Amino acid sequence: MYALIALGYTMVYGIVRLINFAHGDVFMVGAFLAFYSVEKYHLPLPAVFAIAAGGSALLAVVIERMAYRPLRNAPKIAALITAIGVSLFLEYFTALHQVFGPNYYAFPRPFQVVSLEIGGVTFTNIQGIILVATLASLGGLQYVVYRTKVGRGMRAVSHDVVTAGLMGVNVNAVISFTFGLGAALAGIGGVLYGIAYPQINTFMGVMPGLKAFTAAVLGGIGSIPGAVLGALIMGQSETMTTAYLSSTYRDGIAFVLLIAVLLWKPTGILGKARTEKV
Amino acid sequence: MTAGMMPFMKNIAKAVLPFAALSGLLLFLSAREFLNPYWVQIFQMACIVAISALGLNLIYGFTGLFSLGHAAFYGVGAYTAALMTKLYVGAYGDEAVFATGAVFLGSLLAGGGAAALLACLVGLPTLRLTSDYLGIATLGFGIIMKVLFDNADSFLPQLGGARGMTGIARLTGIPWAVAGLVTAILVIRNLVHSTYGRALVAIREDEVAAAAMGIDTFRFKVIGFTAGCAFAGVAGGLYAHLYTFLHPSTFDFLKSFDVLMIVVLGGLGNMTGTLVASFAWVFLLEGMRVALPPEYIEFRWVLIPLLLIVTMLVRPRGLFGVREFPFLRSKVYR
Repeated sequence: MYALIALGYTMVYGIVRLINFAHGDVFMVGAFLAFYSVEKYHLPLPAVFAIAAGGSALLAVVIERMAYRPLRNAPKIAALITAIGVSLFLEYFTALHQVFGPNYYAFPRPFQVVSLEIGGVTFTNIQGIILVATLASLGGLQYVVYRTKVGRGMRAVSHDVVTAGLMGVNVNAVISFTFGLGAALAGIGGVLYGIAYPQINTFMGVMPGLKAFTAAVLGGIGSIPGAVLGALIMGQSETMTTAYLSSTYRDGIAFVLLIAVLLWKPTGILGKARTEKV
Repeated sequence: MTAGMMPFMKNIAKAVLPFAALSGLLLFLSAREFLNPYWVQIFQMACIVAISALGLNLIYGFTGLFSLGHAAFYGVGAYTAALMTKLYVGAYGDEAVFATGAVFLGSLLAGGGAAALLACLVGLPTLRLTSDYLGIATLGFGIIMKVLFDNADSFLPQLGGARGMTGIARLTGIPWAVAGLVTAILVIRNLVHSTYGRALVAIREDEVAAAAMGIDTFRFKVIGFTAGCAFAGVAGGLYAHLYTFLHPSTFDFLKSFDVLMIVVLGGLGNMTGTLVASFAWVFLLEGMRVALPPEYIEFRWVLIPLLLIVTMLVRPRGLFGVREFPFLRSKVYR
């Protein structure tokens, strides 16, 4: 599940070199959209996924257009601060009573939990759904990035924005599309989160967002397999810490791991080293 | 008095005068009840935030090191100082004002020292990283420290852990806060305009060129980082003895963002901007608490990010750009 959010981070960073702090909150909005579509309108599961993904994508495109695009040529820090601002705004705006409200909501389970035991290891169908959804999104993403025209545009912009523009790539459209695609994955992640841990509130995006970003850095930011690998390592280490050490240290361990990896390989496990030119 | 002593005494007077004037005025006004004690407290908080932000400005604004762990150093200073006064105030049987003041000064220095020591330890490995990666590493460090603060009671029960640390003596007053701020301004101003400061700015502008000019860039980065964090530690010590209660959530990584926002809003490498932005930030937060009707109080955190976004869109280089108050400029250009 971290993988889905991490993918969005890594794509956005790969293309515009911006740590999109609002990404975790887009994830939250996705979860809330799913919550309302299940709770109020009793939509079937595929429709819920579609609404969450579409809504998140729309939100991200709007954010990019309003807040990030005017700052693309400004100092990088201005965009970063704006990203933090957008993140805070989304959290507190949605926490208003008129919007989603500040309370915790119980996410309704759209289906019964079924446990299966295979070779001594217990699986639930929720874990199965998460796995399938993650793999499906990952496969779809690989297809989009490496087999379509817009994917070629994304890779070109990531490599060199100016040259890509000169070669006839519509840079703005590609960047918007990247934000949208990353956000759609985050929205799906939000639904899965709601199903797996059935409690949501408007600040739920902060920690998963941050950890997903860490996972992206861990695996080598800008690299899609790296994001997934980093997310797997993060998830495993957290579970291990909870199981063997103490759950109070859980949030810390991921970052200890991160610092260790950064010191050993500053660009992440699968990251490419960029030689600095003078 | 010898001739050589004269400039020294003059400089001391220059430092003491603004401190004495400002704190004297404020003490007089609050004694005569012209100032609401609540606002006096907010003023002290603004001084503390300004000290911490000046420290971060030294790190990020002048040296160009992207640090997202400032609140952790602030927290280390706060906990260290609080622990010191808890252990030593009144330990020798006398509650004389002088002894308490001395212990408080010592504990503030200890807080700054602890933060600096930790900054040095953290900086030695991590400052080899560049730009965003350094940011992430320090962010991670901030979160690790928060986890440690949460679990601090398992090493030292006095620290309180996740329940918070209570029973800290209320020692911070207007003179302390103003003195801290004046010291921070003077030290950072003089540092920035010294050869050390110029080396730091050179690293910010172009690390490769700085190294080519014979600057030991790594050493200077560690110096800048350590010095900036020391100020965060002192600010933390003042904070602990102002609100007399410490909770790990005060030193959350989100608080590092607050300081970062202040520094960027004011303008990177601009002390005037940092000072104005710190005071504006604290007073705006509190002012909105008073100005907004209670049912709209949650709108505070909706308006602030909007304000932040709009400011960044309109003035991406910060409110003040490169303009400084005259007393903060270098003598060479004055």
